[in-house]
Amino acid sequence: MADGITVSRTGLSRPAVVLALLACTAVLSAALFMTIGARGDWGFVLAFRATKLAGMALVAIAIAVSTVLFQTLTQNRILSPAIMGFDSLYVAIQTALVFLLGSRQLTSFDPRLRFLFEAVTMVLVALLLFRWLLARHSGNIHVLVLSGVVFGVMFRSLASMLQRVLDPNEFSVLQDLLFAHFNSIETELLGASAIVVAVVSVAAWRMVHALDVLALGRDTAIGLGIEHKRMANTLLLMIAVLVSVSAALVGPVTFFGLLVANLAYGLLGSQKHAHTLPAAALIAVIALTAGQAVLEHVFGMDTALSIIIEFVGGIVFILLLLRGAYR
Amino acid sequence: MPAVPRLSGYAGIALGIALLAALAIASLTVGVGRMNLLSLVSGGDADAVRLLVVSRIPRTLAVMLSGAAMGIAAVIMQMLFRNRFVEPTTSGTVEAASLGLVGVAVLAPGLPVAAKMLVAASFSLLATFLFLRLIDRIPARGVLIVPLVGLMLGGVIEASATFIAYRYDLLQSLATWTNGDFSGVLRGRYELLWVGFGLAALAYFTADRFTVAGLGEAFTTNLGLDYRRIVAIGLTIVSMVTAASVVTVGTVPFFGLIVANLVAMAAGDNLRRSLPWIALAGAAFLLACDLAGRLIRYPYEIPVGTVVGVLGSAIFLVIILRREARLG
Repeated sequence: MADGITVSRTGLSRPAVVLALLACTAVLSAALFMTIGARGDWGFVLAFRATKLAGMALVAIAIAVSTVLFQTLTQNRILSPAIMGFDSLYVAIQTALVFLLGSRQLTSFDPRLRFLFEAVTMVLVALLLFRWLLARHSGNIHVLVLSGVVFGVMFRSLASMLQRVLDPNEFSVLQDLLFAHFNSIETELLGASAIVVAVVSVAAWRMVHALDVLALGRDTAIGLGIEHKRMANTLLLMIAVLVSVSAALVGPVTFFGLLVANLAYGLLGSQKHAHTLPAAALIAVIALTAGQAVLEHVFGMDTALSIIIEFVGGIVFILLLLRGAYR
Repeated sequence: MPAVPRLSGYAGIALGIALLAALAIASLTVGVGRMNLLSLVSGGDADAVRLLVVSRIPRTLAVMLSGAAMGIAAVIMQMLFRNRFVEPTTSGTVEAASLGLVGVAVLAPGLPVAAKMLVAASFSLLATFLFLRLIDRIPARGVLIVPLVGLMLGGVIEASATFIAYRYDLLQSLATWTNGDFSGVLRGRYELLWVGFGLAALAYFTADRFTVAGLGEAFTTNLGLDYRRIVAIGLTIVSMVTAASVVTVGTVPFFGLIVANLVAMAAGDNLRRSLPWIALAGAAFLLACDLAGRLIRYPYEIPVGTVVGVLGSAIFLVIILRREARLG
């Protein structure tokens, strides 16, 4: 398999088959999510669930695409923006803005304006911080991951410290009010997020060939005519924007991106971004919608999905480390 | 690296103790309840005496005891794992203790605190051995991959604890075990920390063995010592200390790691010589962080776990990135 793609007897390549199957499964899980255990007024149920579904699909795509892009940029399979602390950074920025502007001021803002503000700050800080980190330490993957994880702890503690300083009495109320969770998706932001995710995804789609070249390594990519620094900056920008979307909609989820990206590579047997990007996004949509549908309506556990993702994701991460998959 | 002046000898220790005493006195005087130390000395004021005996002294003691014990636990782990980045919060040890506590809360909520602590300690011990087994399997063992595996193992254990807590409506209790906070310490509620501190102090007498074990299994065996036994003793001490502090005050991220690294920069790696320093530095540093948490938003409190979460992570980052800059 010189190009890493097997062609089956029918003439279809394996990635094409996998992608088609994934697309069907994604549609099925979405249908499952919309209809399972529904009782009463269908008009209400469908409308209610459709917003939730839209939110989950957006988050899934944002996380999957940002992870694949990040892994190509850093050339390994164990990093994801969330593991590097991007999500926590967003929460810290959210809190810092509340801190600087005051919670009353901010809650009276249009949430879309607030989101825009937060996303712009996020992009600036992420570019500065991670350009610096990647430029200085990209040679040693362990330094990169460990410092990312510790950055994550720091940002989270910082956020919780600011929240307490802000209003010690209403600490938990504030936390609920201002920060999203998996099962209370910020619905006001859906329209804006959809546009953002669509724009970034199209941009990523137009870059697939350049991404394939970038994946060969920095020096090779430069030799083949890629403006590495510029492309790296563009990618970091796109990643920061996507993370802003997912963190604003559902808050931080550490391991989800890592899981779906690695599943996609494994299933496809192809490294081409024209395959991995859509496959990771589809797997993410399937996992979120089917997982949430089953947990919510079969087991009656509506907030457990993120806990389960952390559990499985942590184990997969350790296995990847043990197998030395980070090279 | 510029030479760090070696603080050794009695003068240094005396200086350290004086600093610690100053912090302790500050910790005794800070609080919402009015209390004047001078009026206490001149006698009288019964309320102030009660406040001091029931709340302020226990709290100050609790902070110092757990600071010292956490520092010692971390340095023992670092010796045994031969890795400067290992400590109870980067190895799953702490998270296992809270998993044990969640288990007790579900199955036998009536157990006395000491029994709870023992359960938590056995969970910690199991997890630490699991961690030991895991890192033995890492193919190319870099220094930093070890704490990374530990942090992830901790994440997995914490996820299981969260899941059980979520099912049985114990998330609030779990939060008190996972975020270090001394505001609930009163007389009668912190005494387990003495046990933890006592065990940590015991390490002083076996210090030479840990130092030897730090040189490797072959070397240790060559000197006629039972390597496995030393490891078992060391990890048992670590687990008990961890369980005692998780049960009474909660987790303080990266705390021991930072204390141990800072002291090692100044006092070297001979455990017998550095242990008193680690105890002193741990007590003083935690006291300072606790004081900061009490003063930042006076009269409210910020838990010490959060304060160290910010400060400790920042120092940890400096240690990782500086090390990298030096080597690479």
